[in-house]
Amino acid sequence: MTNLQIFLTVAVITGVTILTRVLPFLVFPENKETPEFVAYLGKVLPFSIMGMLVVYCFKSVSLSAWPYGFPELIASVSVVLVHKWKHNLLLSIGGGTVLYMILVQVVF
Amino acid sequence: MKRKIWKAAVPYTIPVCMGYIFLGIAFGVLMVSRGFHPGWAILMSVCVFAGSMQFVAVDLLSGPFSLLTAGLMTLMVNARHIFYGLSMLDRFKICGKLKPYMMFSLSDETYSLLCSTEPPEGIDKKWFMFFIAVMDQLYWIAGTAIGSLAGSLITFDSTGIDFAMTALFIVIFVEQWESTKNHIPALLGLAVTVVCLLIFGSEWFVIASMAGIFVTLSLLRRHMVKKEAVQ
Repeated sequence: MTNLQIFLTVAVITGVTILTRVLPFLVFPENKETPEFVAYLGKVLPFSIMGMLVVYCFKSVSLSAWPYGFPELIASVSVVLVHKWKHNLLLSIGGGTVLYMILVQVVF
Repeated sequence: MKRKIWKAAVPYTIPVCMGYIFLGIAFGVLMVSRGFHPGWAILMSVCVFAGSMQFVAVDLLSGPFSLLTAGLMTLMVNARHIFYGLSMLDRFKICGKLKPYMMFSLSDETYSLLCSTEPPEGIDKKWFMFFIAVMDQLYWIAGTAIGSLAGSLITFDSTGIDFAMTALFIVIFVEQWESTKNHIPALLGLAVTVVCLLIFGSEWFVIASMAGIFVTLSLLRRHMVKKEAVQ
C-alpha cells in the first residue's frame, strides 16, 4: 500500500469505530426516556459480553493439533486461581502472561 | 480539585495499565515487524483506540487496498461497542462537554472499568469517569510508542505477549462473577459464544454470538426481572 492508501484505510477504520461507539447515543438521545427493555439490556449485557470476549480470545486455539490448547488452559486456570486467591490484578495479568509466554516459547 | 479526582481515579486504572502497556507493546512490535513506520502505529492508537480491531488492522494494512473490506471488517469486530454504548446511556447523561470523548474512548477495558467502579465518597463522577478513560488511552498510546520504537531498534521473542488481553478479560469476568448472584447472563455469554464458534467458525461467530445473546436475553427477560425481585 502507498502512504495515501494506508492513511485512507486508517481513516475508514477510525470512522466506523467511532460510528459503533456513538450510534446508541444518537438513537436514544438524553431528553428521551430510555425504554425499559433497553435499560434491562444495559444491565445484563455487560456480563454476557464479557463471557463472549473470554471465548473470543480463544478463537484461534486448535484442540485437534499439538499442543491441543494446553498452554491456554494452564495459563487461564492459573489466572482464575491466582485472582481468586489474591485479588491482585497486576499479579493475575502479569503473572498469567509471563507464564503463557514461557509455556509457548520454552515448554510446548 | 481536578488533581484530587485524578488521584482517586488512577488506582482503578492500574490493572488496565498493565494490560494496555503489554498489548500496546505487542501491537507496536507487530506493526513495525510488518514494515510500517512507528508513526502509523501511534497514529492508530490515538485515532482508533480499539485493541482487537488494531490487531486486525495490521492484517488489513498488509493486504490489498480495499476501503470496503476495511469498513465491513471494522463494523464486524467493533459491533459489540454498540452494546457497550447501550449500557452507558444513563451513566454518560451527566457528562456534558466531556461526553464526546467518553463515547469515543469506550474501549473494552474502559467499558468494563466504568461498569464495575463507582467513585469514592465526595468525588465528582463525571471527571472520575473521564480520567479513567483518558488514562486508559494514554497507557495504550505509551505501550504502542514503546513497542514500535523498541521494535524498530531491537528484536526479541514476544510470542505469547498477546495473552495479556485474554488474562485481562478473564480477570474482569471473575470480578463480574463475584459482583452478582445472577450468573445466568455470564454463563449465557460463554455458552452461546462457544456454540456459535463451533457452528460458524472463527470468522463469523462474533456477529452470530451477539445475535444469539440478544435473542436469549430478550426471551429470558421476564424470568430475570422476577428473579431480581425475589432477591
